Amino acid sequence: MANPKKVSFTLNGKPVDVVVEPRELLIHTLREKLQLTGPHIGCETSHCGACTVDIDSMSVKSCTMLTVQCEGAQVLTIEGFEQGGQLHALQEAFTQDHALQCGYCTPGMITRAYRLLQENPHPSEQEIRYWMAGNLCRCTGYQNIVKAVQDAAGKLAAKAA
Amino acid sequence: MIPRPFEYHAPTSLPDALLLMNRYGDEAKLLAGGHSLLPMMKLRFAAPGHLIDLGKIGELKGIEQVGNEVRIGAMTTENELIWSPLLAQKLPLLVEGAGLISDPQVRYRGTIGGDISHADPANDHPALMLALGAAFVLRSASGERVVAADGFFLGLYATQMQPGEVLTQIRIPVPPAGCGWCYAKLKRKTGDFATAATAVLLRMKAGAVEEARIALTNAGPTPLRARAAEKHLQGKALSDAAIAEAARLAMSICEPTEDQRGDVQYKTAMAGEMTQRALRTAASRAK
Repeated sequence: MANPKKVSFTLNGKPVDVVVEPRELLIHTLREKLQLTGPHIGCETSHCGACTVDIDSMSVKSCTMLTVQCEGAQVLTIEGFEQGGQLHALQEAFTQDHALQCGYCTPGMITRAYRLLQENPHPSEQEIRYWMAGNLCRCTGYQNIVKAVQDAAGKLAAKAA
Repeated sequence: MIPRPFEYHAPTSLPDALLLMNRYGDEAKLLAGGHSLLPMMKLRFAAPGHLIDLGKIGELKGIEQVGNEVRIGAMTTENELIWSPLLAQKLPLLVEGAGLISDPQVRYRGTIGGDISHADPANDHPALMLALGAAFVLRSASGERVVAADGFFLGLYATQMQPGEVLTQIRIPVPPAGCGWCYAKLKRKTGDFATAATAVLLRMKAGAVEEARIALTNAGPTPLRARAAEKHLQGKALSDAAIAEAARLAMSICEPTEDQRGDVQYKTAMAGEMTQRALRTAASRAK
């Protein structure tokens, strides 16, 4: 076994230290060592996006990143979206617009949509479909997901105004 | 799926990375964006004893123009290419190509240098580099050399890079103003590799082709430069007949591998179709 390494990063605003083998994938550290089971394991081959987390302002598939690569990083998972008992606008919009059925893809969808809206606060439907294409949903056909992202964009813009 | 055990190194400078490469030799693999290598390690097709992560080396990132050349650090990501105002203005072909690679999450991590050095014929940058007439800067402990993209790709996962060398920079001459361009790519779904794709850079003069560069993705063990097709178009107007003949000549050099994307005949036909579409779009953009 290769030497375990200590890795320190910021997770949902709080500093964390973990000791991991270099081969440990971030999704396993999050789910098994840090008990954050929001990011899901879907395909394990960086296709489905269910494991998407936000690392240093990038949407990343955490099944295809090593935990040791996160030294010093700012990591955000779906567990970090609710603030003081208030759901994030994206979480509210996904609920209200019925943007999910089974919910398996939802944490990845919302985490990806968050970064998209940070980069482009007023995306068109076409832009949403293009920039959310790394997240697969096998239930809803995407209509309500696109609508929820648009509604959340509207709410966030109103709040910022 | 968990990779075999390995030691992880994250050098913060290029000299440190070169030292590690020399120390560990064949046992080491370089990690760029990790979206080809890590999946291969998870499937245990690759099992390096040492992984040297280039992600903390700042000097390998960035896009700048020097004279009539655009220089791109090897660790520049696909999304950074897509969002670069300089590239949008000077090398729109590269931006169009990068936008068709994989999916948004992969494009945050995947790098131009990784895509080129990995030399998977299904990767998109190799053909784009041939069409753009790029050159690659290769650094080793004993110095630096610059190698043309044309001739760099030798076979499946094989390039002119020697053990101990690392690709540090991509240099691309800025095409003359008014050039048309297109990367036409057929893929079954977002995230898939090309069934077939063609990169075209086109210079027109008085209604005739002054120079055409045509390169094919995933049509053989390496990216292919369609020289006979290029030569056929030189000096001609881009009539339907000229485009059809160029596509036929491009198809004549295709040796695709049969897989779930199609058999040899279908993939070859699609390479011809992508060549036709890329030529027509490039012509519509040429001034």
